[in-house]
Amino acid sequence: MIQYIVKRFILVIPVLLGATLLVFTIMEFAPGDPARIMLGNDATLEDIQILREEMGLNDPFVTRYTRFITNLLKGDLGMSYRNNLEISSQILQRLMNTMILAGAAVLIAVIIGIPVGIISAIKQYSVFDNFVMMTTLFLAASPVFWLGLMLVLLFALKLGVLPAAGMKSGFPGLLLSLILPALTLSSNTMAIIARTTRASMLEVVRQDYIDTARAKGLKESTLTVKHMLPNALIPILTVIGISFGGLLGGSVVTESIFAWPGVGRFIVDSISFKDTPSILASVVMLSILSTFINLFVDLLYAFVDPRIKSQYQLLKR
Amino acid sequence: MCVLNKNNTVESEVGTVRDRTLFQQAWNQFKRNRRAMVGLWIITALIFILIVTIVIDFLTDYSIYDSFVIKQNLRNKLAKPSLTHFLGCDEFGRDLLLRILWGTKYSLLLGFSAVSLSFLIGGPFGMIAGFYGGRIDNVIMRVMDVFMACPFILLAMAIVAALGISTTNLLIALGVSGMASFSRVTRASVMAVKDKEYIEAARAVGASDLRIIVQYIFPNAMAPILVQITLRIGTAILLVAGLSYIGLGIQPPAPEWGAILTSAKMYMRDAWHISAFPGLFLVTTVVAFNLFGDGLRDALDPKLKK
Repeated sequence: MIQYIVKRFILVIPVLLGATLLVFTIMEFAPGDPARIMLGNDATLEDIQILREEMGLNDPFVTRYTRFITNLLKGDLGMSYRNNLEISSQILQRLMNTMILAGAAVLIAVIIGIPVGIISAIKQYSVFDNFVMMTTLFLAASPVFWLGLMLVLLFALKLGVLPAAGMKSGFPGLLLSLILPALTLSSNTMAIIARTTRASMLEVVRQDYIDTARAKGLKESTLTVKHMLPNALIPILTVIGISFGGLLGGSVVTESIFAWPGVGRFIVDSISFKDTPSILASVVMLSILSTFINLFVDLLYAFVDPRIKSQYQLLKR
Repeated sequence: MCVLNKNNTVESEVGTVRDRTLFQQAWNQFKRNRRAMVGLWIITALIFILIVTIVIDFLTDYSIYDSFVIKQNLRNKLAKPSLTHFLGCDEFGRDLLLRILWGTKYSLLLGFSAVSLSFLIGGPFGMIAGFYGGRIDNVIMRVMDVFMACPFILLAMAIVAALGISTTNLLIALGVSGMASFSRVTRASVMAVKDKEYIEAARAVGASDLRIIVQYIFPNAMAPILVQITLRIGTAILLVAGLSYIGLGIQPPAPEWGAILTSAKMYMRDAWHISAFPGLFLVTTVVAFNLFGDGLRDALDPKLKK
């Protein structure tokens, strides 16, 4: 098993290198000379040339990319054009905030989505099932920013029970200010999880071993939790894994609506300031994060599905 | 077509359905799916709105567009929905319904072109990877893995940030960031048909690789790709609106649905209608494409055929 994990980790390295290279190359096209931006408009050509040389901007592409990667490994993400501060110090806390938001969103999506999907499958074609199918159809198609606005309208402006924006300090405050953004961000994923759970459970419900278990006289609840759910879990896990990347991306928009101090908002701000190093660093960090989350989900399969584990053990023999 | 129709009449007299073309079979299956038909009707209505607004702009030389959709009329500022303005007015007193109707073309055209572009870039790669397999397949798919590693919207944002904000660049960004998933779908469906007997037959009579791919594999591998295209249009529409919302897409005063919502937030307390209605149109459009895509998948899936 450990060998499997190590192998998967090694396979991730080229993907990460490729992804950083991709983003690095894209940002090469960004307009404006960094040296000129940093020195201001009244800098002489000579000053600019000197600074370019100092910053290593005149080096060939490969050299600059290698330097970026070595610095990245050392935890140095470069300097921001905007305020001349180290990007890593600005981004770390924001990365945590984004993770809190995305994590809470996944948690909400799973806690609501899976049970709703199960009940829908067990009571197929009931009023509840029809209601769930309709609601999830619309939730999956709703733009995150619009749902966010509607939730703010209802809970913050009309009812006044939840804060409309910002991240409050202290645990109760944080929890309160987290509800609306996390709910907004989770909406699409929740709908997809509920629908996948339903579909996957419906496949399992018709299996012979479920009839056998029922004939044994098992309680319906035991049957559902112990016999159906574990067998229906693989597609559900896949969907959760796929949506995590989308959630990290979706956090960009959600953070903008709720003024959540995460990386997503940082990117949007950086774009409006044409702060290329900050954009590069944030996109790279989020891509790395999403790659590792996907890896984690892949590893989780092996734990959930004994078939995958045994397949690997067979290969080893 | 003529011959086909003739055949069909003969068939219906005899009462068999065996010799119908794939398209007719699929359409028959599709027609029976009520949800999918709802989707199709909504899409037809949206396309109708799109054509009408474009024709009006063309005939009136944009005078209606300029004076009702773009021109400010502060007397009607934030007017509530009424008989003269069904959906109310926005913060500059422009009729919201007209703005939303004129905004249809951004969502539909950009969504459709972005997905087509993704397919045009990603499709050939997927086809080559699936057809030749081996090392070429490995190289192409690893490159696509890299594209998949970067979340879709982030990649699009990075491209827009680097190239500058404009409609063309938005289209490029959406096209490039969606290409990887299309190459995967195309590869999978090419691999599913490439070992069929008719491909072998074509090779036996000496058809070139290009001819086999274009003439025999492509039409037979098309079904899953078509489904993917329809389903992805919804996602692309949401992405266009999302990027416009954060200011990286279509710029105001153009009446793009996401861009309308950007300013709506500030006036939410007094004018809920500005934020509610454009969103409802967006949701309806995306739901329609999803229903249509689901119906198409069911209709084209041989497993479900009776």
